Amino acid sequence: MYLDDAYRLKVGLAEMLKGGVIMDVTNAEQAAIAEKAGATAVMALERVPSDIRKEGGVARMAPISKIREIMHTVSIPVMAKARIGHFTEARILEALKVDYIDESEVLTPADEEHHIDKRDYEVPFVCGARNLGEALRRIAEGAAMIRTKGEAGSGNIVEAVRHIRTIIKEMKQLTVLGREELVHEAKNLGAPLELVQWVAEHGKLPVPNFSAGGIATPADAALVMQLGAEAVFVGSGIFKSDDPEARARAIVKAATYYKDPVKLLEASEELGIGMLGLDISKLHESELMQTRGW
Amino acid sequence: MLALQGDFEAHGTALRLAGADAVEVRSADQLSGVDGLIIPGGESTTMLKLINEEGLFDPIRLFGQRRPVFGTCAGAILLATGVSNPSQESLHLMDIDVERNAYGRQVDSRIGQLRPQGIDHDLEAVFIRAPIIRRVGPEAQVLASYEGDPVLVEQGRHLVATFHPELSGDSSIHKLFLEKIGENA
Repeated sequence: MYLDDAYRLKVGLAEMLKGGVIMDVTNAEQAAIAEKAGATAVMALERVPSDIRKEGGVARMAPISKIREIMHTVSIPVMAKARIGHFTEARILEALKVDYIDESEVLTPADEEHHIDKRDYEVPFVCGARNLGEALRRIAEGAAMIRTKGEAGSGNIVEAVRHIRTIIKEMKQLTVLGREELVHEAKNLGAPLELVQWVAEHGKLPVPNFSAGGIATPADAALVMQLGAEAVFVGSGIFKSDDPEARARAIVKAATYYKDPVKLLEASEELGIGMLGLDISKLHESELMQTRGW
Repeated sequence: MLALQGDFEAHGTALRLAGADAVEVRSADQLSGVDGLIIPGGESTTMLKLINEEGLFDPIRLFGQRRPVFGTCAGAILLATGVSNPSQESLHLMDIDVERNAYGRQVDSRIGQLRPQGIDHDLEAVFIRAPIIRRVGPEAQVLASYEGDPVLVEQGRHLVATFHPELSGDSSIHKLFLEKIGENA
């Protein structure tokens, strides 16, 4: 069911992005900087998450002219965000031929009960998740890549760490359960039994598992990768720092040498000041982006 | 496997399936411990940048003068002599020219069937934002084509595929590369 050719091609592109850094960009100039710094892909959006947080209002799919300009500028894959449940925004992005769609909690949700049925799109989707149940529901809907949600635009790694640790721990727990226990666990997770059984057998997700939401330094990228993330998304962390190009290069290096402290030291040298960052515990619940998605 | 970025783990699985030991290479000194090198699929711009920054460009070229190198997709781009769309630096280990993303974008990615020379069954070929080989030099030999374009090419001890044999669960092409390593020893 999950192994038809179309789905394998979608997962295949995610495989190619492993060990890399996907960077949020809002215009062609930033996209060119990201590509030059070694990004494996760029994510086109109207405003980076920290600005969405600051300015408020409804956050939507980026303007088509901006996305097109970015697609013309770089040779690496271009992703774009659609609102949760907004299947027409997704169809428009598909017609535009972006390489990946992020059905993202960073934008204002368009549907508070349903996500997009992602299976019959030609273009692959990535979705955020805070735990295994959420990840498997998104995969059941057709997502070909999962990323932890973290807390976008916060510059604070604590939520991304919580989410990757949760997903990895919940997967480990499944591997020691008996078959009858998996049925019960599928009920608890709110996820299809077939996918729960797959994870129990393999100890990992059937699609690549990346991390996002709060990565601001090379050390942050290496941290989530050591915890089990296979690549990272960096949003506000790059273009909200005072040295985007150097920081982008440093995070790319950290994603490759995430287990090598000497290389991580090299990557961490000569960086200016990172984005200020937010204390998540001081945020009101309504300000959290991670609780969007069902 | 060159493990700077990309699907090197899938290559590791394919190599082990074919009966070889696989190790991840991230620095020049690790090259002295391997008999052959696979440059995996991934983003060629990212890998090229890391190859240059980490001082791996000349060591890989020198390695290729003595030992077999196999490149898939991004790896094929890096091994080529000429690269277009857009043009970028490459290792010049194979006398071929490639055009990047030549089929189009991700929605144009596809799975085809091939029967390469020297392999006794049909093989699946997974093309993901794949390049097309536009010129094959006199020293190089085409082992398989798809829709009229060469997709599996060897030149002496080296091998390139514009598709991803590491994503098919069939290790025939990895075995072919291991034979090259055996002949080179």
